[in-house]
Amino acid sequence: MKKRRFLIWLIVLLSLGSVFVDLPTKIPLKFQFKKFKIDYTFTRPQINWQSGKFRLQRDLEIKKGIDLAGGAHLVFQAEMKDIAADNRQAAIEAARDNIEKRINLFGVTEPVIQTSKVGDQYRLIVELAGVKDINQAIDLIGQTAQLDFRELPKEATQAATSLDFKTTGLTGKDLSKAEVDFDQNTGQPTVRLTFSAEGAKKFSEITGRNVDKPVAIFLDQLPIETPTVQEQITSGDAIISGQFTLETAKRMVTQLNAGALPVPIKLIEQRNVGATLGAESVQKSIRAGLIGLLMVILFMAVYYGRLGILADIALVVYGLITLALYKLIPITLTLPGIAGFILSIGMAVDANILIFERMKEETRAGKPRLVAMELGFGRAWDSIRDANTCTLITCFILFNPFNWSFLNSSGMVRGFASTLFLGVVLSLFTGIVVTRTLIRTFYRKEKIK
Amino acid sequence: MRYKFLYFLLSALVIIPGIISLFVYGLRPGIDFTGGTLVEYKFTQDLKTSDLETALKEKGFEVSSIQNSGSKTYLFRLPPLEKEKANEIKQVLTAKFGQTPEEIRFEIVGPILGQELLIKTIVAIILAAGFILGYVAWRFKNAKFGVCAILAMFHDTLVMLGLFSILGHFFGAEVDTLFVTAMLTVLSFSVHDTVVVYDRIRESQKLLPATPFESLINKAVTETLSRSLNNSLTIIFMLLALLLLGGVTIKWFVAALLIGTVSGTYSSTFNAAPLLVVWHNLQNRKLKS
Repeated sequence: MKKRRFLIWLIVLLSLGSVFVDLPTKIPLKFQFKKFKIDYTFTRPQINWQSGKFRLQRDLEIKKGIDLAGGAHLVFQAEMKDIAADNRQAAIEAARDNIEKRINLFGVTEPVIQTSKVGDQYRLIVELAGVKDINQAIDLIGQTAQLDFRELPKEATQAATSLDFKTTGLTGKDLSKAEVDFDQNTGQPTVRLTFSAEGAKKFSEITGRNVDKPVAIFLDQLPIETPTVQEQITSGDAIISGQFTLETAKRMVTQLNAGALPVPIKLIEQRNVGATLGAESVQKSIRAGLIGLLMVILFMAVYYGRLGILADIALVVYGLITLALYKLIPITLTLPGIAGFILSIGMAVDANILIFERMKEETRAGKPRLVAMELGFGRAWDSIRDANTCTLITCFILFNPFNWSFLNSSGMVRGFASTLFLGVVLSLFTGIVVTRTLIRTFYRKEKIK
Repeated sequence: MRYKFLYFLLSALVIIPGIISLFVYGLRPGIDFTGGTLVEYKFTQDLKTSDLETALKEKGFEVSSIQNSGSKTYLFRLPPLEKEKANEIKQVLTAKFGQTPEEIRFEIVGPILGQELLIKTIVAIILAAGFILGYVAWRFKNAKFGVCAILAMFHDTLVMLGLFSILGHFFGAEVDTLFVTAMLTVLSFSVHDTVVVYDRIRESQKLLPATPFESLINKAVTETLSRSLNNSLTIIFMLLALLLLGGVTIKWFVAALLIGTVSGTYSSTFNAAPLLVVWHNLQNRKLKS
């Protein structure tokens, strides 16, 4: 009895919480009755909790995949043939960091940039939602990471800015490698550069004519470091001793190695979706989903009567919690993902149907209704568990959570797998726990009357 | 189970034309698998697909097909192109027809990616089928049940492939990543239904050991029939609504799920269970002779 009351409250709280999360951010309330007037916009607060290291921040908007928001899905192949096998992984990762920076400059919110390795091919997968000029974005991404050294012209004054630096002809091509080192006296992290033979010659000339002057290191036209030359360097080695932490030194080494090992990338797949197609699809799918939901609700109510209505309530709870989870996790919703959700609504009542059919049989066998109900829940469980295991296995393979290279990891398929998976798991909860609690509470009361 | 051969006949009526179509027409693979360029443009007025085709061919484009995909909207399929080359399509069409089309979709898939995807897909199918097989074998610890469940799964695969070959030939339905996703999902549904029926058979076997096998199965099928039908009905409601009212991009995906769900429901009750009877009878005949 106590447990049931606890469950009822839990269900009510979960549903209310979900409704809160499901609400759109702004709800205009306009109401007028004679002199009485309401004109108020209800704004749902966002989640921003912090406790210790754990931080939860959600704007509670549904994340739309590119097929819904419009945008581009791009796959680039890195041409690694000039790069030593050991450096390839580092090179592709540096290229990714670099591209991420460029895209942020371009003003795309939350770009998805992944690296993938298939066989001995290295790739970059870039997803840009809501980009208008995709060609410009592609050009921006396609530039390779270019490192170069610059000096100030003779006539430059103390007030010179980074714009005044002129190229010296020493570039990333002349660098053979960069690595993190430590200052022998202070223990401070430093960055050690090693030039190729030709690079060493150029570097010697540059440092020779710039003693006590700054030489700037530029990456993709942006200055990353402007050390002052202390003496001419002929060894082909250079040490940049700035105010590095171990982390910034490492990051710089990565960037320098990427610059020194520019990875040309080639576009091998491009999928653009115009924003209109996405918006239209969302509207249509939502309408289809609602109509389907209504049909299922009607069907259950007509076929199973009072029990069906209780299952319908559980189904609505299911819908509310699922939507809330999409926002909380958050799940990037794609069109196949919506299909997965809609499909899962159809499946959510499966557990209920199994149970109700079982109850009917037990009643037919002459058992009292309440006993039949408990037996129905108990006996149907085996079938429910077996039946859902296979779907969960398939979801796992489709989602490919560990990014196994022998399996597909397309965003669309993942969208479908993730919503279907959530659907199956949640429907087990609502179909069994919620329905059972509802039936025990309401069905029993009606019986006593 | 008196009508078991009728049930098999009905399955054959769907599967055999499908298999013939598979041999004659094959499947129509999407650019996911073959690589290629797919562009969809919306114009401000209606145009003839043949005019569009000649306009592009004059400029040296190899056009695989042009399809009217909605009002004033056309879907162009070409071999994989370089980005710059592909951008020319729009310029050519704008110059020729004096109206700038709105770009709705634009996809280029390199040929290497297509091949890779094909391999990954095959791996996924083998893995999924393997896991499901393993699960069925473990749950039922009986070759008869396992093999019959797999035959039912095979039935659904053939129905889907066959019907998609026919739909591909006559209505342009393509086999792409989403089709494969639909197929894997359907396979798990199909086994899901079969497991429910088989669970019931085993339960009755324990409760009523004296009853002949055939009537046991009859009983189990009758008992689970309304559950199977009702559950599939709710899924079919949702899918039908999505197919009729939902977006164009996932139309064939939903169609594949729908075909599979219907086939899966049918095969669990009307193939998987009668197959057990056939097997059982064959075994008995051998024992007697």
